[in-house]
This record gives sequence, C-alpha cells and structure tokens, in this order.
Amino acid sequence: MTALDVAFAAVGLVTAASGLLAVTTRHVVHAALWLVVCLGAVAGCYLVLGAEFVALVQLLVYVGAIVVLVLFALMLTRAPIGANPDISTGRLHRVLAGVLGAGVTALLAAALLPLAGPAVERRDTSTTQLAEQLFGTWVWPFEVLSVLLLVALVAAMAVSRMTRPSVAAEPAVTGEDGVA
Amino acid sequence: MNDAVEVTLRAVGVLAAFLVLPLLVGQTEHKVMAHMQGRLGPMYAGGFHGWAQLVADGVKFVQKEDITPAAADQRVFRFAPAVALVPYLVAMAAIPLSPDVVAADLPASAVFVLAVTAVGILGTLMAGWASANKYSLLGAMRAAAQLLSYELPMVLAVASICLAAGSLSLSGIVAAWSPWWLVLQLPGAIVFLVSAVAELQRPPFDMPVADSEIVFGAYTEYTGLRFAFFLLSEYAGIVVMSLLFAVLYLGGWHGLASDQLGWLWTLLKGFCIAVVVIWLRVAWPRLREDQLQRLAWLVLVPLALAQLALTGVWVVVAA
Repeated sequence: MTALDVAFAAVGLVTAASGLLAVTTRHVVHAALWLVVCLGAVAGCYLVLGAEFVALVQLLVYVGAIVVLVLFALMLTRAPIGANPDISTGRLHRVLAGVLGAGVTALLAAALLPLAGPAVERRDTSTTQLAEQLFGTWVWPFEVLSVLLLVALVAAMAVSRMTRPSVAAEPAVTGEDGVA
Repeated sequence: MNDAVEVTLRAVGVLAAFLVLPLLVGQTEHKVMAHMQGRLGPMYAGGFHGWAQLVADGVKFVQKEDITPAAADQRVFRFAPAVALVPYLVAMAAIPLSPDVVAADLPASAVFVLAVTAVGILGTLMAGWASANKYSLLGAMRAAAQLLSYELPMVLAVASICLAAGSLSLSGIVAAWSPWWLVLQLPGAIVFLVSAVAELQRPPFDMPVADSEIVFGAYTEYTGLRFAFFLLSEYAGIVVMSLLFAVLYLGGWHGLASDQLGWLWTLLKGFCIAVVVIWLRVAWPRLREDQLQRLAWLVLVPLALAQLALTGVWVVVAA
C-alpha cells in the first residue's frame, strides 16, 4: 500500500461520490457542478496513473469547455434556484436505469478484471509516447471520430437553420394552449 | 524532512507572489491610468504618491459586511469566489521566472497553465447563476460565451509556440527561444495577447461586466471580502497572463547577465505587458457583443490557424 495507492483510492472515491451526487440531486445546476467535480477527479485518476498530459487535456476540454457549455445551456433555460421536483423520474425508470447500470458494470468488469495482473505497476506515459500511439497506431479511429464530430456539428447547424422558416411561417403551432 | 521544508518554502513563495504582484499591477493601473488621463490618481494613503492605496482598500473590504442575498443559492454563492481565485494561484506556481526560480517545474507546464486558468470561468458562472439576479445571470452568460470563444485562439497560439519549441514545458520553450520568434510568431503573439485580455474580461472586452447595462455582471450581488476576491482574481489573471506572454513570446529570462538576473528579466518583461494591458483599457471603448464574437471567430481563429500552419511548415523545413 503505497502513497500512490492511497491517492488513487481517494480520487476514485471522490469520482464515484460526486458522480452519484450528480445523478441524485434535484438541483439541476448542482448536478452540473457535481459533474465538474466528477470530471476533475477523473483527471486526478489519470494523473495518479502517470498520464499527465491526458489529465490536463481532460481538465482543459471537459471542465474548461464542455461543462461550461452545459452550464451556459442551463442558464438559457429557466434553471431555478432550489430543488426542482420536475426532474425526478418514475419508479420504473429508476429500476430500468439501475438494471442498465448494473449490466454495464458487469460487462466492464467481465472485460477488465481478467486483464488485471497481480501487481499494479505505475508507468509514466510521456507526451511523445502518447503522440506516437495517437497519430500512429490509432490514427484512423482518431480521424473517424473527428469526422463524426464534424458531421454532428454540421447537422446541428443544418437543423437549427432549417427549422427556423417553418416556425416563422406557422406561428400558431408553437403554443398549443393558444397563448403563443 | 528536508522535502517538506522545501515544499512549504515554495508554497509560501508562490503565495507571497500571488498576494504582492496583483497589488503592484493594481497600483500601477491606478497611477498609469490617472496620468494618461491628466490626473494624479491616489496620493494620500501611505504618504508617498499613495503607494498604500490598495492595502487600504483591502482593509476596507475586510471590514465590510458579508451579505448573501436571501434568494441566492447560499453555498454556491459563497463558494464561487474561491473557484475564481484559486486557479490563478495554482497557475502561478507553474510559471518559471528563471530555470531555478520556479515553484513546480512540470513537464507539460504550458498545457497545465491553460487547463487550470480555464477552470476559473466556472467561478464567474457559479456567481452569476447563484446570485438570483437577472443582471448577474446576463453577465455570467456573456462571460461564458466570451470565454469559450477566446479559449480556442489562445490554445491555438500556444500550440504554435509549443510546436516551434518542440516542447510543452515553459522552461523548455524559453530554452528553445530565438529572437527570430519575435517576427515569426508575431501574429500568434497578437492573438494570444488579445485573447488573454478577453479571457480576463478587461476593457475593451468587458461586456460581461458592462456597468452601464448590467451593473457589474456576475459580481453585482457581492460585497466585502468575496467581492475583493473576484477583483484579486482579475489582477492575478493579469499577472499570470503577462508572465506567460513574457515566457512564451519574449524569451523569459534571456537578457544581460541572465544567469544571475534572469528572474528579474522575466518579471520586467511581464510588467511591461501588464502595462500594455492597462493601456488597452484606457485606449479603447468597449466592444459590442456581436463585434466581440466576430473578432474571435472571423479574425483571431483564422489568424491563429495560419500561424500554426506557418510554424508547422517552418519546423518541417528547418528540421
């Protein structure tokens, strides 16, 4: 039991706890803020495991940009201060979510546990090694992923552009209760 | 035991720099702005040219009542100033003043500084949302939109420098620095400086705190020490960004007698950049929101990409 083991256990615990809090809280903005803690702690996990660059990119991209976007979107809605009972789910959904979560956990455990050797050895991953892997061995998946993101981006723009004229043409449809 | 003493000493050193340098920049801002506008600025506190004005301000802030609005989300509201302030403290620890004077010499310190300062924006967002005030919310939304837009050109500009140096470490970048960079990296340097001023929400990019429209944006409801923390984070941000600019583009500790006085050169170069940042505030009117986004996406991002391509070609040809 080295100091690194303790550190890994600690950040792992923080990750799990904040992840749980993020999905159980009724405050919608608090959920996003717990997600920040969770993603930051994941970066901590990478750091403890010796992948410094991955940890920093995780912080830069997820905490610095993606969660900020989530919060920005929440602010555009009417995210109220205080608990919001509307965001709760029914019992059936909870059971289904629990079953699904357990299934994914079992699948991951079945895939990963046989790989775990007796001794966990920490190796520092240098940025050069990472780059060689990313742009050598994994370059095609990497490029395909970026094309996927590009397609999503263009599609989002197309959707937002194409819905506008129809809304403008039929303003009465937007409000079913006649208030519009 | 020796390690513990050294870590403590380094931490205390960073904390001291964190508390002194922003005050120095703040006082410089008072005086430089005043003289540019034909005024004298603070003259009384402390005696000599009002040198203790910001210390007096600090004492005033401490004495003020700490008010949390009744409708606010109490915990988030109180925690927000810390989230805005601490990232700059952490970032300062990774910026080297000379090869020896650096609190934590990380292998990827350039990425580290960018990643850590990107977290600071969350403090503004938390403050704006938790205040339960429409001006605060508008300010936070403007801040989020602005900071997301300017993050990209900044990261691209730093990527260009890292590419040219072949290193992600700030020490390594300064070691690889050559005077040619002043010309070859000039577009990147301009992009970096403009994005840094925008990230700090300083004029002319102070749309998120535009006082004539939304009072003081996300910080409207804050008083006392918590408000002072937000102000301190702004000035600590100027210090971090100026030092980063000096290290990335101006060669850090390169200069006369750099073996002994290297840290002084870095500080001096950083200070000059801080004065430029102050100067921008006096010289330009506030940009409108659409002009602000236009500048980021239509000017800075293409410029930064062109710089990145230029650096790439140069590195390949020179290698």
